[in-house]
Amino acid sequence: MIRALWIRLTAHVDSFLLASLSLVLLLGLVVLYSASGQSIDRVLAQMANIGVAVAIMWAVANVPPQHILRLAIPTYIVGMLLLVGVALFGEVSHGARRWLHIGVTRIQPSELMRIAVPLMLAWYFDYRQAALRLRDFAWAALILILPVGLIAKQPDLGTALMIFASGFYVMFLAGLSWRVIVGLMAAAGASAPILWHLLHDYQRQRILTLLDPTSDPLGAGYHIIQSTIALGSGGLFGKGWLNGTQAHLDFLPERHTDFIFAVLAEEFGLVGGLILLVLFSIIIGRGLLIAASAPTLSTRLMAGSITLTFATYAFVNIGMVSGILPVVGVPLPLVSYGGTSMVTLLLGFGILMSIHTHRKLVQT
Amino acid sequence: MKAELRDHQRELYHFRARVAVGAVFVLFLFTLLTLRFFYVQVWKHDYYTTLAEQNRISIVPIVPNRGVITDRNGVVLAHNYSAYTLEITPGRVKDLEGTINDLAKIVDIAPKDRRRFRKLMEDSHNFESLPIRTRLNDLEVARFAVNRYRFPGVEIKARLFRHYPLGDMMAHAVGYIGRINDADLENLEASGEIANYRGTDHIGKTGIEQSYEKQLHGITGFEQVETDAGGRAVRTLSRTPPVSGNSLRLTLDAKLQEVAVRAFGDRRGALVAIDPANGEVLALVSRPGFDPNLFVDGIDPTNWDLLNNSPDKPLTNRAIRGVYPPGSTFKPYMALGALELGKRTPSQTIFDPGFFNFGGHRFRDDKPGGHGSVDMYKSIVVSCDTYYYMLANDMGIDNISRFMRQFGFGQPTNIDIEGESTGVLPSQEWKQKRFHQKWYAGETISIGIGQGYNAYTPIQLAKAMATLADDGVMHRPHLVKLIEDVRSGARTVTAPKIERVLPFKPENIAIIKEAMAGVNKEGTGAGAFSGAPYTSAGKTGTAQVVAIKQNEKYVESRVKEYHRDHGLFIAFAPVEKPRIAVAVIAENAGFGAQSAAPITRMVMDYYLLGKVPAQPAPEENTEEGGGHD
Repeated sequence: MIRALWIRLTAHVDSFLLASLSLVLLLGLVVLYSASGQSIDRVLAQMANIGVAVAIMWAVANVPPQHILRLAIPTYIVGMLLLVGVALFGEVSHGARRWLHIGVTRIQPSELMRIAVPLMLAWYFDYRQAALRLRDFAWAALILILPVGLIAKQPDLGTALMIFASGFYVMFLAGLSWRVIVGLMAAAGASAPILWHLLHDYQRQRILTLLDPTSDPLGAGYHIIQSTIALGSGGLFGKGWLNGTQAHLDFLPERHTDFIFAVLAEEFGLVGGLILLVLFSIIIGRGLLIAASAPTLSTRLMAGSITLTFATYAFVNIGMVSGILPVVGVPLPLVSYGGTSMVTLLLGFGILMSIHTHRKLVQT
Repeated sequence: MKAELRDHQRELYHFRARVAVGAVFVLFLFTLLTLRFFYVQVWKHDYYTTLAEQNRISIVPIVPNRGVITDRNGVVLAHNYSAYTLEITPGRVKDLEGTINDLAKIVDIAPKDRRRFRKLMEDSHNFESLPIRTRLNDLEVARFAVNRYRFPGVEIKARLFRHYPLGDMMAHAVGYIGRINDADLENLEASGEIANYRGTDHIGKTGIEQSYEKQLHGITGFEQVETDAGGRAVRTLSRTPPVSGNSLRLTLDAKLQEVAVRAFGDRRGALVAIDPANGEVLALVSRPGFDPNLFVDGIDPTNWDLLNNSPDKPLTNRAIRGVYPPGSTFKPYMALGALELGKRTPSQTIFDPGFFNFGGHRFRDDKPGGHGSVDMYKSIVVSCDTYYYMLANDMGIDNISRFMRQFGFGQPTNIDIEGESTGVLPSQEWKQKRFHQKWYAGETISIGIGQGYNAYTPIQLAKAMATLADDGVMHRPHLVKLIEDVRSGARTVTAPKIERVLPFKPENIAIIKEAMAGVNKEGTGAGAFSGAPYTSAGKTGTAQVVAIKQNEKYVESRVKEYHRDHGLFIAFAPVEKPRIAVAVIAENAGFGAQSAAPITRMVMDYYLLGKVPAQPAPEENTEEGGGHD
């Protein structure tokens, strides 16, 4: 009886993925305890976030992929409506309009789009799969650009870029011609000066600062300088858990959210950083494997995009903290404190599990 | 069906190829990160560790209180007081001249202050905080505090200042402190003491302040303060309190020194008084003096030029640095040498016709016609030159220099302040070395009366006098009596051991002492010491500044002041149990009996009787006293 229940509960859980995710989540809690100034409350709150997210992941994993795909159009449309709502009635916080009040709580609709956009594109390509033409890719691009544009306008460049990346990965995996990719890259390069003008001052400053952090050591360069110091002074094996001076003396900004990797690298050194990269690689490898063995085009595209987006998150965050990318507000997946991103991420992994555990059902 | 399947297979193949590209892309990105980790965490690790430490810990030095210097009776000669200074860090100020002009509207800034500041700037680094005004009053402090926001790079600082209450009286012995300059920094670095001077701006430059710098400075304390990103001190990690410098109690008697300075009046010269029993320097006078307080905050150029270019050379410590021919004060030692070497007996007489001929040269005696029949006692009492011309000739230069060396002539006395001159004790070797010439026998003659190449410092004369007074027991003259640890109260007495005991026959020493007592009773010193209620022994001397041509009489009034002879006097008292030995040089003041002896009398009167003189020592009329030297 209990055994049967156990089987029922774990039937759609990919244990390999779950195990590697759990290791990262555990490491994240350990680092968070230090990064939050040894606040057990903060750790408990994060554990609650994880609990909710894992529950959602489990629930999603149990839903067959074709059912999930059916939600593509509704979520995309709701997401778009909410984004328009934010643009019109959104709450301004830190100079950006990202939140929308709904009754008692407030939500960040851009988070919803992280899932909705790749889902929508995967559905679209699946729908048009008989003969994918350039025109289909143009429509897909429009589906992608609309939400990305709205989010970039908030402004939330980091999220916009991430969502753009997730959509682009779908198009890339769907077979977007290399010629178009190269052409787009060339066009992007050529239009860089125009884009530069479209950027906000602080965004421009962040890019300039990346090139020379010391040009503004107390202003925009401060984040990069301090996090690089944290990394560098951590050395090979780190200063030891709870012993990071950069983290504990307020030198590191946003150290339990976007800059949490600096705490990890300061206290656990190069070894700690590499361990995280290896764990990430295992997760990504597993994700790509799931994508490669997925039975339908839409599930392949979904799995591939979710996995590559996860990798991109990791790279952009760590790249920013270690000073090779400009400062954009991207949390370190699975490690940074925060409920929304945790839910979005694990929801994505729930879709991966669903795809993997339902593949035989689909094929037959 | 088959075609569809093939289609499906092809599609899957294409997709997997794209996934592989994606995997390679991710691998590439992660490799980038790994390379970055290695660069930052391994290659540049030390660099970032330093940055992290600097980020976090600032070390705030706590400057120790400099030790207080007192005289032997506890009279304060150098102490510290706290006062506010207005300081500018030139490197942080854009328009320096404008800033100073604006500051002048708030606090009083004299042209003198500006000049001093400019001079300080020349000798310092750009990011050193330099005082534009010292000793601000409360009103000025408040007025600046209100306007502070207008003056970035300008600060009010509470600092300890060194003060020398007795001003110019003790300047040469106590010395002064001044701002640490590049040369001082190099020395500190070489001796490994640079860390102890973090936060310290001043260092002893001359005198006791310089030679006892280590004792006086103390040990700098440190506060390791952990700071947060805002630079605020979060907590003190550790605090090592400073250890105050040790207090010094000198052997000098401030009152005696004051008496001596007053006795000199406007005259230039030097006086050294030593306790023969232990080598304690009771008074160390060099005139003219200067105000050491001028140097503490950096001397302004006007005062500096005044002191440095003065022909009177007030900055030179004549007592240890000035070299003078001893003149006739050399004679008692020559006589003792004659007795010790068996070249004369006390009663042996010579006939003095007023001159001594040697090698076709006539060496004249001061008294025209000569002193007639002269024995050893009379030779000292009347200061007969002819007696010593002959004696020098009989002893020879080697014997003279060998004997005089024992008294420390021509050697540093090793007094505990720096800058001592060696002087010249002439000898054959010395001349060979100095001039690459052999010694001529004729040169020995004038050595006998303390002229010729003879050149000694007042401290050497005083040390020799003290040694003779104490029957040949030689002590190293010293200025610091004891060093007191302020915290523990532990006292270290610095009295050095007996340096040497000269192996002279007591009866020979007694003969010389008796003759010197005769000088003050019935000889050249009698005028100055008439009516003294204690016994004293002395010897006058005159040192030629300009060589007098043969057969030319020295007429004081004809000679320009700076070319006049120096008057010397050496003495000790009481004769039975000497408590004080003195050597005085009054520059360009003519005969020793005329100027130097009365100064000595005043010093002894105070030291032995407690008598405070009302005015400078009078010029003795030596006409009635017969011959002078």
